[in-house]
Formats: sequence, C-alpha cells, structure tokens
Amino acid sequence: MSLTQDRPELTAADLQTSRSRRARSHTVRWLFMGAAAVTVLVSALIIWTVASEAWTYISQVELDKLTDIGWFPRRGLFDLSTLLVNTLQISVIAMLVAVPSGFGAAIYLSEYAHPRVRKVMKPTLELLASVPSVVLGVFAISFITPSILTNFFDDINYFNKLAAGIAVGLLVIPLIASIAEDSLRAVPLALREASAGLGARKVTTSIRVVLPAALSGLMAATIVGFSRAIGETMVVTIASGGGDTSLFNLSILESGGTLTSAMAALGLGTDQVAGNNLAFQSLYFLGALLFAITLVLNMLGDVIVRRLRNRY
Amino acid sequence: MSQEPEASASDVTVPDALAPKDQSRARIDVSAVAAMAPQRVETSTVFECADVDVYYTDFRALRDVTLDVNSHEVTALIGPSGCGKTTFLRCFNRMNDLIEGARVEGTINYHGVDLYQDEVDPVEVRRRVGMVFQKPNPFPKSIYDNVAYGPRLAGVKRSEIDDVVEGSLTRAALWDEVKDRLKMSAYGLSGGQQQRLCIARAIAVQPDVVLMDEPCSALDPIATGRIEELIAELKTDYTIIIVTHNMQQAARISDMTAFFSVQANEMGQRTGELVEYAPTSLIFTNPDDPRTEAYITGRVG
Repeated sequence: MSLTQDRPELTAADLQTSRSRRARSHTVRWLFMGAAAVTVLVSALIIWTVASEAWTYISQVELDKLTDIGWFPRRGLFDLSTLLVNTLQISVIAMLVAVPSGFGAAIYLSEYAHPRVRKVMKPTLELLASVPSVVLGVFAISFITPSILTNFFDDINYFNKLAAGIAVGLLVIPLIASIAEDSLRAVPLALREASAGLGARKVTTSIRVVLPAALSGLMAATIVGFSRAIGETMVVTIASGGGDTSLFNLSILESGGTLTSAMAALGLGTDQVAGNNLAFQSLYFLGALLFAITLVLNMLGDVIVRRLRNRY
Repeated sequence: MSQEPEASASDVTVPDALAPKDQSRARIDVSAVAAMAPQRVETSTVFECADVDVYYTDFRALRDVTLDVNSHEVTALIGPSGCGKTTFLRCFNRMNDLIEGARVEGTINYHGVDLYQDEVDPVEVRRRVGMVFQKPNPFPKSIYDNVAYGPRLAGVKRSEIDDVVEGSLTRAALWDEVKDRLKMSAYGLSGGQQQRLCIARAIAVQPDVVLMDEPCSALDPIATGRIEELIAELKTDYTIIIVTHNMQQAARISDMTAFFSVQANEMGQRTGELVEYAPTSLIFTNPDDPRTEAYITGRVG
C-alpha cells in the first residue's frame, strides 16, 4: 500500500500515444501495403495482357492450323503438338537426370555426410543453382553434344533435344537436391533410432523409413523441378535449336523447339513478326498455355503433397 | 535361450508365435554367434559391466560403472537428471554408436562376449537387444507394418509374418484393441497404445533383452499402469532394463535397482556415476549409501 501512495493518479492521457507517432505508424502500414499491392497489380496486368492477346489469337486463328506438319508461325502453321511433345521430351529427360542424382545427393547429405562435410557441401550445391542457364546452354553445345553424345549416336543433330534435356537436368539437380534434403532432414531422429534399434542397417533405415516418411517433400521436390524444367528457356533455345521453326519430330536426337524457345524466338524477332499471320499473337497464346500447364502442375503437386503428408 | 524354471512355472501363458522357438532363433543366430563367440555361455548373468566410462568427444558423461544384469529380471536405473542413466542404457545395444563422438571404455560382456570388440556388428547386437524409447516413436506406417518391420529385416518368411504380428501384439496387450484396424496408420492410436505398439514392435524380433528408456514418461497414469503390468509379464520371456524417473515405478516393477548420481568436476562438467546397486527391496528400505537414501526419501533430486 505504501508503495502506491506516492504515485500520481493515472490519467487517460498517460496511456495514449502522440498523434505524430500514430500518423507515422499509419504511413508505414500504407507503404508496406503499397508494396504488396504492386506485386499483385503487376501479376494481374501480366495475366490480362497475355490473356487478351491469347484470346485474339484463339478467336482469329483457323483451328486446323493448330495441327499441321510443324511450328512455322510466320507461314501461319501453328502445330501445337510439335512444341508440346518437344517440351515434354526435354522435361522428362531432364527429370531422368535430375531426380536420381538429386535424391542421391540429398540422401548422402542428410544420412551419411559428416556434419562438417554437409556444412560445406550444402551451400556449394545451392551455389550450383545460381549458374546462369545461358552457361549451361553453351555447355550443352560445346561439350555434351560434341564430346559425349557423338560417341554414342552417329547421326545426332548438332542441336538436339537430348543434350538440351541433359543440360536442363543439370540445372535442376541442385533445386531438387536442396528441397529433398530439407524434407529428409525433417524426418525425426526418433524414427531412425527406432529402425536402428530393430537391427536395421543405415541403408535399410534410409530406404524403408526415412524416404517413405519424407515422401511428400520428395514429391514436392520432383514437381517443383518439373515445373522448372518446363519453364526453362535459355538452355533449350541454345541447345535444342528450332525455336523459330521446327518440324514435328519424335526423335530426341533431332532439334526441336519447345513452348519456351518458340516464345523466345518470337519475342526476339518482333520487327518481323508484328502483324504477320497472327505470329505475334501466338507468342501470347503460348505464354498462356505455359502458364496454365505450370499452374495445373503446381496445383496437382499441392494435392499430392497434402494427401501424402505425414504427421510424425 | 534359457528359460528360468520359475518363469515357466508362472501362470502367464505365452502365445505360440512368441514362445522362444529354437528353430527360428537358430536361424537368426548362426551368423552372429559365429561372429561373436563359438558358444553361448549358459549363465543367469546377461550383461557384465566393468569400469564402464562413456565420453561424448572430450566430455566424460559416465564413469566407472560396474554391475551385472541378471536374466529374466527387471533392472531399473534411477537417478536425477543428467546422471547418465540413459547414456548407460544405450551402451547395451550400442545405440551410442549413432551419436557422433560418443565413445565407450571399459568392458560390457553380453553372455560372455565383449560387446565393444572390433568384430562385433552393432546391427547383430540390436537384433538381440531391443529398445523402447521415451517418446512413442511408431513409424509413419500401418500398425501391421510397424510390427512386421523387424521380422522382415530378420528374414522371417512372408507366410509367418501374420502370426508374428498377432503374437507380438497379443503379448503387448494391444491385439484386441487393434485387430480390426491393422492396416490403418499407427498415428491413429493413443499415446499409450502407440507405446504398447512400440513394445510389440521390439519383441516381434524375439529379442533376448528389452531396453526401456523412460517408457511411461509421456503417458497418463492409466496408460502407465498398463505398461507396468506388461513389463511384469514380459520378464518371463525377456530380460528388461528400464530407465525411470519415477521411483515408485522402480519400486513396483523392478527386481534390481541401480542408483546413479551426478557430480560436477572443477570445470563444471557433470559426470554420472553408479552409487549403489542392490535388490530393489533393499534399496528402498535399507540403502547403504546416504546419497541413495536422500534421493529416495525425496530430500534430493
């Protein structure tokens, strides 16, 4: 009691903040909100531009031009299957390269590597992800095709889908390895101990307990990697050729344009394509298609990941 | 595996699938016994520990532990936090090998074989010396697959696995509660059920010894009671070493009790040591060491 007696009586003003401080916190709030709004606005603008030009294309193109002998936009031949097949082939090759080595690296880093080794290797791996894709594109045509693939295939085209797929795979490895490693490390130590306690060797524990427990994360890594492979542009444009025109061809030893490289070629040649047989608008149509594919893939991934998610 | 006379005379019925089968044990034993010793010494002593020290890198966590563990008894390790009882428990199945920098000195003989000699494969040790952990840690798999995990590793035939699963779950007093949902996730079970599942999983490989690291610390009193009943039944078939914080639990279920204490050296490092090891009835009524008495009467720890 004696302690509180000397204290002056509390007034409402004591608990109020000054007007200028309140104004400042309001301003800060609006600034951050503005920053958030800009990103939303830009996304909306992109979608609107792409969608409206894509709509122009769809409504004006003769539909039988969408299935033809190949992709020759300036001649008005827009065979979509050419680009879709090439995109799929290159992405699948990329995943065949990236998933085994990415998962392998992840298992090594998470289960086997000494902490000191991991401390150095994980950042190195992530550094690899920052190699510019143009470098890998050049690597594909200056090394993968001439020094490796020509030894196995006599009649390989200098620009070919196989080399492009391998290079895209190399590009995606660090991404997959990094996400996969995170999900393996998230598996509780208690499960590894339980397995070891039952007389399981490390490799058995890794394959039968840790991998299944991390399944949702591994699926996520695969899907993110696949999205990245489909969206990769520069490697494919350089290594696979045929972005501007390509004949439908199932052989992976031949050149062939993808959705992305066709867009890049169209985008680079705007002076020639503008007002020419809807070629300019086809660029936006491809963009919309690519966007839709990646969106569906990501949503699918989300569903799969949610269904497989484990509570430990 | 030697069955104590008083164990077979007990009124507990052992399901066929889990009664020690000479054939199946023999199949699992062959390679390991060759790796460990020509012949298993018939003795009622399972573990003989002499001057056991455990280090984590340079830090000495436990020093000079000497004690023998008898077969078909429950041996309780008690003591205050940080006294090294869990560290000591994990020596018996070489679980400390999984910890980077952990090192065990002194000798631990298992049926007369030095567990820490170079030729011993920790994996073979762990197939004989099973473990139940502090927190229930079922695999994110079905109830069935959890129990079948160990037998599958040990190469038990596919056709026999059903029986092993049923026998183990029955032995762990869980069968009636889960028999209709064997294919469902183990995570759907309550904490107490999960821990009994972990016990079923451990005994499914027909171990010789079961180590339990505070198996009831995450459970409510009712679930704890069930686990304690289970432990009392299990000792007819298995040698059990249990770490517990709960002195009443040690008094209720164990035959022998080891009391550990902890002492800090001049550098502030806390090293655990064995203070007293005696029959449980003696430890709790007439302890030798004043530190034991202080602990069990609640004056310390």
